Amino acid sequence: MKTLGEFIKGLWRENPTFRLVLGLCPTLAVSTSVVNGIGMGIAATFVLVGSSIFVSLTRGIVPEKVRIPCFIVIIATFVTIIDLLMKAYAPVLSRSLGMFVPLIVVNCIVLGRAEAFSSKEPLARSILDALGMGIGFTWALVLISAIREVLGNGTFLGKILTANFEPPLFMILAPGALLTIGLLIGIMNYFVMKSKARVK
Amino acid sequence: MDISAYILILISTIFINNFILARFLGLCSFIGVSKNTVPAVSMGLAVTFVTTMASIITWLIYYLVLAPYHLEYLRTLSFILVIASFVQFAEIVIQKKFPGLYKIFGIYLALITANCAVFGVAVLNTDTFFLNGVAVAGSFIKSVLQGLGAGLGFTLAMLLMSGIRERLEYAEVPRSLKDVPITFIIASLMSMAFLGFSGFKI
Repeated sequence: MKTLGEFIKGLWRENPTFRLVLGLCPTLAVSTSVVNGIGMGIAATFVLVGSSIFVSLTRGIVPEKVRIPCFIVIIATFVTIIDLLMKAYAPVLSRSLGMFVPLIVVNCIVLGRAEAFSSKEPLARSILDALGMGIGFTWALVLISAIREVLGNGTFLGKILTANFEPPLFMILAPGALLTIGLLIGIMNYFVMKSKARVK
Repeated sequence: MDISAYILILISTIFINNFILARFLGLCSFIGVSKNTVPAVSMGLAVTFVTTMASIITWLIYYLVLAPYHLEYLRTLSFILVIASFVQFAEIVIQKKFPGLYKIFGIYLALITANCAVFGVAVLNTDTFFLNGVAVAGSFIKSVLQGLGAGLGFTLAMLLMSGIRERLEYAEVPRSLKDVPITFIIASLMSMAFLGFSGFKI
């Protein structure tokens, strides 16, 4: 049960986007359509899981002082792998995500999990933690991109929803992203506060 | 190549494609360090210094090593390592040689290693100023200017945001919107104002 908890916590209680507010740059930049959101989520999950496996396996070998550069090398390797894979097998997605695929390397979530979790924990728990964080990141990304795509483009997964709706372009542009995430975090805070008040 | 192209790059990176408000790079530090004006501007200066230097270094690496030997796929790995070690090096040098300068922005240097803006500008430079591994005319100066403009745009956004947030201390914000969410909503309004620049005919 405790092991399963490592997986669950990334989904809600320690959700990287809404609760920890980490890894925002890609979240906001690529969330213009649901397809992009899913693609970015999968790429980040791959990097998270891959790097946490290697960080966890090398945790006894790497000296304390050079651990951060080692983490960065491991993460950058997986980012390069997913970047090349996407270029080869999903060229359209790769083009629309653009420079944000290599930018996963500076995503605070990945380095944060390596430093805070998988460098101290055994393999199985690290994988579960990374998977939970990755899926937590993905659903947050899908939620934000769904809101922006429906409101800003009038479509969902590329399908037009209704003809009687003139979508405000504003939502697909930069301000819409910042507004969406601001209000979403606000709503989450509201519910968290409410449930805390109920416990008291 | 005339001067106007260079000025255009500066204007476009500072205003039209502002790194924070239009490209979403460096948001973490934007949200984290923008509570008061003095640290916000110091952070901005540190970022400007690092983005400019990183543009120079990564251009040299790409031009002299990666492109001639067709090692473009090592871009992510080599850039991040070089930037991280440069930042460490710069921190040590500034601390020893220019303690006054270190007081102004030195402490923020360590935070910058993982700042998307720095790595982002390096990636953007190679994406825009190298076509299939061949440098376009004047690409070195263009890269440096893009780095400088990115940093200045970052500083401008930090300065504006910290000014607003200092005033916001006295405002009554709904409890659930305090701190981070309201900062995002302000950033959204600022970004909307900056969208006005994209109408420039240049």
